[in-house]
Amino acid sequence: MKISRRRFFKIAAAAGGAGILGKSKPARGVEQFTGWPDRFGVLTDLTRCVGCRSCEAACNEINKLPQPKVPFEDRSVLEKERRASAEYYTYVNRYADPKNKGQWVYRKAQCNHCDEPACASACLVKALTKTPEGPVIWNEKVCIGCRYCMTACPFYVPAYEYSNAFSPNLVKCTMCYDTRTSKGGIPACVEACPMEAMTFGKRKDLIKVARKRIMDRPDKYTDHIYGEHEVGGTCWLYISGVPFEEVGLPTDVGTKPYPEFTRGFLSMVPAVLVVWPALLGGFYMFTKNREQETEEEEVIPEEKEEWS
Amino acid sequence: MTEFVGKQKVFQSWVREKLFLGMNLKAYLKNLIKPFNIVAGIIVLVGLPFIVMRYAQGLGAVTHASQDQPWSLFLSWGLFTGVPLAATGYIMASAVYIFGQKQYHPMVRPAVLTGFIGYFFAVMFLLVDLGRPWRLPYPMISSFGTASVLFLVAWHVALYLSTQFVEFCPAVFEWLGANRFRRWAIAVTVGATIFGVILSTLHQSALGALFLLAPGKLHPLWYSEFIPLFFFVSSIFAGLSMIIAESTLTSRFLKHRYSPGYLARLPDLTLGLGKAASFVLFTYFGLKIVGLAHGHQWDLLSTTYGRWFLVELLGFVLLPSFLFAWGVRSRSVGLVRFTAFFTILGIAVNRLNVSLFALNWKLPHRVFFYWKEFIVVIAIITIEILVYRWIVNRLPVYREHPGYRESEFEESFQTSKAIL
Repeated sequence: MKISRRRFFKIAAAAGGAGILGKSKPARGVEQFTGWPDRFGVLTDLTRCVGCRSCEAACNEINKLPQPKVPFEDRSVLEKERRASAEYYTYVNRYADPKNKGQWVYRKAQCNHCDEPACASACLVKALTKTPEGPVIWNEKVCIGCRYCMTACPFYVPAYEYSNAFSPNLVKCTMCYDTRTSKGGIPACVEACPMEAMTFGKRKDLIKVARKRIMDRPDKYTDHIYGEHEVGGTCWLYISGVPFEEVGLPTDVGTKPYPEFTRGFLSMVPAVLVVWPALLGGFYMFTKNREQETEEEEVIPEEKEEWS
Repeated sequence: MTEFVGKQKVFQSWVREKLFLGMNLKAYLKNLIKPFNIVAGIIVLVGLPFIVMRYAQGLGAVTHASQDQPWSLFLSWGLFTGVPLAATGYIMASAVYIFGQKQYHPMVRPAVLTGFIGYFFAVMFLLVDLGRPWRLPYPMISSFGTASVLFLVAWHVALYLSTQFVEFCPAVFEWLGANRFRRWAIAVTVGATIFGVILSTLHQSALGALFLLAPGKLHPLWYSEFIPLFFFVSSIFAGLSMIIAESTLTSRFLKHRYSPGYLARLPDLTLGLGKAASFVLFTYFGLKIVGLAHGHQWDLLSTTYGRWFLVELLGFVLLPSFLFAWGVRSRSVGLVRFTAFFTILGIAVNRLNVSLFALNWKLPHRVFFYWKEFIVVIAIITIEILVYRWIVNRLPVYREHPGYRESEFEESFQTSKAIL
């Protein structure tokens, strides 16, 4: 078969176009990640939570965490707003209900298991990874302890064992990946909740459940599913009767997946690697040429002192 | 037996000449007892128990150990401030070898040494700060998180540290009297310089790019998509100022190590560096204004953070830019030198702002420092100065080795000409 010049260009263009536009395989690390289709998640309905801390107790037990100083039945810990700690994966905080005076709204906090996690894109040793099932997990075997993940996480979730000298761990919720969810189970906290405030399931189904609840009771719910679009989507979702900023969830995190923020910079790297040598090599040639020319012009050896 | 004694004698004289500054052990030790050494010794002795404590009891023993503010002064100073201040090497080497500013040639060695020591101690600070420091080589050998900006930083700092060692090798081989190795080391000068500039461009800017991942946490006045550019450009005047500052101190306290020719020309060279620093500072000021306009952040200037931002921008960028220019114009070497120290302070202010003060600005009750961190940092800086002084007291840094009178610059030109 003879290929004409025109035909050759057509084929080349088609091949090039396919290479650029064609669907590439998803999920090569975080860089190419577009969201796993069947990922699981949890929907937390804040209107149902009563702040009993059963989820905290269940989490503590399944993950073999240290016994807390204050027992889980003691609700006095709620008096102060808690933040991430190396002693627990999850914690319940209470907030004054802006709609009903004297009432409380409770929120359980834990890792939100982002679809495109900032922590995973920050990790220089791939200790943090997003599993196809949904949970974001940490690998103890490769972590070097730089704590960039903690700086990167928009929710202030990962905690560090600062008092551990020889094997300090990163502490964060795993959505019970090792113990339960990878084996078809549901997270311990979800199971323990007496109010059924949490629902475990496929994220796409949870979105539907959340929508329906909001649609059925528009008076009860704020018309927003937190985590549907925040930071590009999270596997842990919230619906609430009060605005989310009232319950300590950051509402200024945007909808752009966090890895996008550094992608532009990283894509500049190869360009510098190629352009700089050429540019600097060019300057060097100019300089050398100039040196040689001036040398030929003025043959004055006195200039050659000990240094010049 | 006599042969053995002979060898021993050779070794003894080698130790005396190369390590003990031509003195015998007794005289050398006696010579060490000087006020500066005593003070430095006390600082290091005070710091060492805290460093030991960090490794025995964990980071929490010496840092504020905050879950919200995971990075302490170890990184804010050791990495984020230390690395731009160690930009000396790539700036002087590229000015002389690439852009042909031959008159600055005597400054290349001190600059490369300052850079090398700076990077080496940045790594030391990392070893103090990492939770599991023994895994430092992991990103290089076993676990590649290529999507991470920090991965780039790790690789580039490692490569650049090695590159600077190669760049400094001629001085080491002159000290050891290894002529052939010295020629080899000189042959790669231009290549190493270009490689060093590439690496520096990328990791200086990457240190800024680390914070691109904290858009909601870093105050909008400091958060900018231009932050990699800010970090890179500011590393240039940081490096220039460090060369001025370093030569100011050493030409005074280590005067005997300078060749008379270099010492005589130092004021002129200082003015030249000041001129360059003034220009780069002004460029940086312009860039910061562009960044401000780009992010539409003008309204934030009237807040407390805004006023602090203005202090940084006007007081530590624009002011030194003018001071440098004024110093150069009135040929006041003293003013240029003062401004260099002031600019170094400004770099520290900027890097501490980005990595500490303006980070997590929305959180209430923040703790910035813990006094034990200061002790460790000051002890490590003191060790850094001692190591630097140890080297320049022995190796030919401010002068050519008596055995190598011919100009190294010419030689490197000839060798590279042959290669190219």
